[in-house]
Amino acid sequence: MTAPTTGPNPDPSPDELVLLDTDDDRDLRATVAGYLAARCPSTAVAAVYDGDRSVVAPLWRGLATELGLAGLLVPESYAGAGATPRDAAVVLEELGRSVAPVPFLTSSVIAATTLAHASTDAGRSLLADLAEGGRTVALVVPLTTAFDADVPVVQGHGQVHVRSVAGALDADTLLVPVAAGDGIELHAVPAGDARIEPVVSLDMSRELADVTVDPTAGTVAVEGDAAAGVRAGLLAGTTLLASEQVGIAQWCLQATVGHLQERRQFGRVVGGFQALKHRLADLYTAVEGASATARFAAAALAADPHGEEARIAAHTAAAWCSDVAVLAAEEAVQLHGGIGMTWEHPAHLYLKRAKADQLALGLPGHHRARLGELVGLTV
Amino acid sequence: MTPAELRERVEAFLAEHPPATTDRREFLHARYAAGLAWVHFPEGHGGLGLSRGLHPLVESLFTTAGAPDNNSRTNGIGLGMVAPTILTYGSEEQRERFLEPLWCGEEIWCQLFSEPGAGSDLAGLATRAVPDGEEWVVNGQKVWTSGAHNADFAILVARTDPDVPKHRGITYFLADMHDPGVDVRPLRQITGEAEFNEVFLTDVRIPDPMRVGAVGDGWRVANGTLNNERVAIGGSALPREGGMLGTVARSWREHHDQHTPELHDRLMRLYVEGEVARHTGQRLRQQLASGQPGPAGATMKLTFARLNQQLSGLDLEIRGAEGLRYESEPGWTMRRPDEVDFTGRDAVYRYLRAKGNSIEGGTSEILRNIVAERVLGLPAEPRVDKDVPWNEVPR
Repeated sequence: MTAPTTGPNPDPSPDELVLLDTDDDRDLRATVAGYLAARCPSTAVAAVYDGDRSVVAPLWRGLATELGLAGLLVPESYAGAGATPRDAAVVLEELGRSVAPVPFLTSSVIAATTLAHASTDAGRSLLADLAEGGRTVALVVPLTTAFDADVPVVQGHGQVHVRSVAGALDADTLLVPVAAGDGIELHAVPAGDARIEPVVSLDMSRELADVTVDPTAGTVAVEGDAAAGVRAGLLAGTTLLASEQVGIAQWCLQATVGHLQERRQFGRVVGGFQALKHRLADLYTAVEGASATARFAAAALAADPHGEEARIAAHTAAAWCSDVAVLAAEEAVQLHGGIGMTWEHPAHLYLKRAKADQLALGLPGHHRARLGELVGLTV
Repeated sequence: MTPAELRERVEAFLAEHPPATTDRREFLHARYAAGLAWVHFPEGHGGLGLSRGLHPLVESLFTTAGAPDNNSRTNGIGLGMVAPTILTYGSEEQRERFLEPLWCGEEIWCQLFSEPGAGSDLAGLATRAVPDGEEWVVNGQKVWTSGAHNADFAILVARTDPDVPKHRGITYFLADMHDPGVDVRPLRQITGEAEFNEVFLTDVRIPDPMRVGAVGDGWRVANGTLNNERVAIGGSALPREGGMLGTVARSWREHHDQHTPELHDRLMRLYVEGEVARHTGQRLRQQLASGQPGPAGATMKLTFARLNQQLSGLDLEIRGAEGLRYESEPGWTMRRPDEVDFTGRDAVYRYLRAKGNSIEGGTSEILRNIVAERVLGLPAEPRVDKDVPWNEVPR
C-alpha cells in the first residue's frame, strides 16, 4: 500500500530525530514479522479466547531466546542486547500487527526498564535472567496505571489483592511495589508464592489476572525509593504501547482497503464509492500521523530517557495512537460488513486489543491533561 | 558533503560576506553563486547537488546570522512551486534565465491555473493557446490568482488541442505578466481584502521557448507543480507551537477569564493533533530528502487545513467578547495585501482566512480522492469525459 522506504538511509539535519526505518530496522522488522507469520496465525490467537493457550509459551520462548528479544532493552553488561526504544518500537509494531499474545511489553519493556534501577544483587541477577529469556517478569500494578500517577503500592499485612494485572499469567517472577517507610521498594516474588487468578478479559491476547501476594514475601530487588524505576518502566511502556497501536491500526487499515478492493456490490467495487474512499483517506492520514508520532516518542526516549521531551512525546503518542487504533479497528469491523462481526474474521481480535490498549497506562484524556501541564496550558 | 562540512562552507561564506555590511542584492547573488541558495538544486543553479534534507540546516544558519531575506513571503509560489517545476521539466535556457532572479526575489511569480469553469476539474480548462509562427497567442480567463497584482511572471496552463480528450490537449507555459494583453482585476474575499484576482488574457503572446515540456504534455508538468504546492502548503518545518497552534496557545495563556474544561479539552486535542502533524511533516521531509514529493504529501495539506480552521475558530471562543471585534487595520475596508499571512492580523481575520485552506491548492475533497486512489489504490471515480474529445464534452 505505502511504498517501502528503500535506498540510502535518511539524512536529516543533525539535531533532528530520524523517523524512518534504517537498514537495521528493516532487518529486525523482517525477522520478527517472518517469525510471527510462521508461528502466530490469527486462528491460534482466536483459540486463546476459547481457553486454548497452547500458542503462547512456545511463541514467547522463540521470540525471547531464539530471536533474543527478551533482553532487547537490557544493557549488554546484564547479558542484554543493549538496544534502544527505537528498536523495541519496530518489534512492537510487528507484535501489534499480529496481536501476538506474548508478554514482551510487560516483561521486556516495563519490567526490564524498571529493573534497570535494581540496587541489590538479587535485582541485578533477576535482570540478567530476564535478558537471557530464563525468567519472565511482571510488574504488579493495574494495567490502567499511568506513568505519572502515584505508584499503586501493596501495603498492609497478610495477603493483599491487586486487580487487573497484565503479564502476570506469563510471568515466573512478580515485581511487587511495596510501601517501605516514606518510599517504595520492589520485591521480586516467585509466581508460585502468590495467587494469580486469570480474569475473563476483554483482550484475551493480553489476558489479565488478579494477584494476591504477601507484601513481605520475596527478595528486595530495588531498595529505598523505587518509584523512579516504576515510573521509568511505565513511561517506556506508554511510549512503546503507541508502536503496538500503530501495528494494530496499520493491519486494520490494510485489511479494510484490501477487502474494499475485492468486494463488489451494485456492479461496482465497493472501494470506489466516494463515501468510503474519503473515510479511508482520513483513516490513512490518522494512521500515518500515529506512525510518525509513535516513532518520534520512541526516538525521543532513546535520545534522553529523563528529559521533558520524552514525556511530552509519550503523552502525545498515547493520546493520539490509542484513539487511532480504536478508530481503525472500529472502521475495520464496520467496513467489512457482516463479515467483520464474525468470530471467524480476525478483525475482532484487533478491536479487543485496541480497546483494551486505549484503557491501558492512562486514558487519552489523562494524557492530554498532563500534556497541558507540561507545556503550560492549564484550565 | 557532511553537515559539518556544509556548516563550515556557510560560515566561510558569511565571513567573506558579512550580512551587516554587505549590500542586500550583492549578498543574495553571491549566495546563489556559491550554491547555498537551495543546496539540493544542482551546481550552477544555486545549489550543490546535495540531499534536500540538508537545506534546513543552511537556512537556519543564514537566518541566525541575520542574512537578508529573498522576498520569500511574497514569492511563495515562485520558490515553492515554480522553481522545482522549471528545474525538473524546464529547458536549460529557462533554468539559466529564471532561477536566479526568482530565488533572489527580484522576479515574483503567480500561478494561472484555475478558471471559472475549471476548478477541481482543472484539466477541463478552456483558456486557448494557438500557435502563430514562433509564438503562441493566448486567450481566456483565470481566477483565484493569488498575488497576480505583484507578479512579474506566471506559470500558465492552456489548451493547445481541443480535439483530443481533456488531459492530452494541455500545454504548460511561462507567461510575462507585463504583456499588454494581461488584465489583472482584484477579487474581494470574505476577509474584506483582495489577496487574489481574476486575470483576463487577451491575445497574450508567448514565445515558443517559454513552453515547459512538450506540446500536449502540460497536464503531467502541472501535476508536478501541484505536488510541490501541497508540500509547500502543508510541509514546512515548524517548531513546537509554531504556526496557528502557537497563536491560539498564546491566546489561551492571555485570556484566563474564558477558561473552561470544555474549551481546554478541545485545545489539548488540537495541540496533540498539531504535534502529530509536526512529526508527520518531519518524517515526510526525511522521505523527500531522497526523492520527489509524492501523493502522500496530500495528507499534510488535509491536516493543515482542518487544524488551521478548528484552531482559528477555537481562538474566537477563547477570546470571549473580544472575539467579536475586527478592529485590526483596515477592518472590512478593501485593500490589496502584498503577502499572504495565515497567522497575521487578528483572530477574526485568521478565522475567515483559514476557510480558504481547504479550498486553495486542491480542495480537501479532491485531496481525499488523491489519497484514496494513488496511495491506497482504490478505484478512480467514474469519468464520463475520459475518452471524449474536450470540445465534445457538454458544459
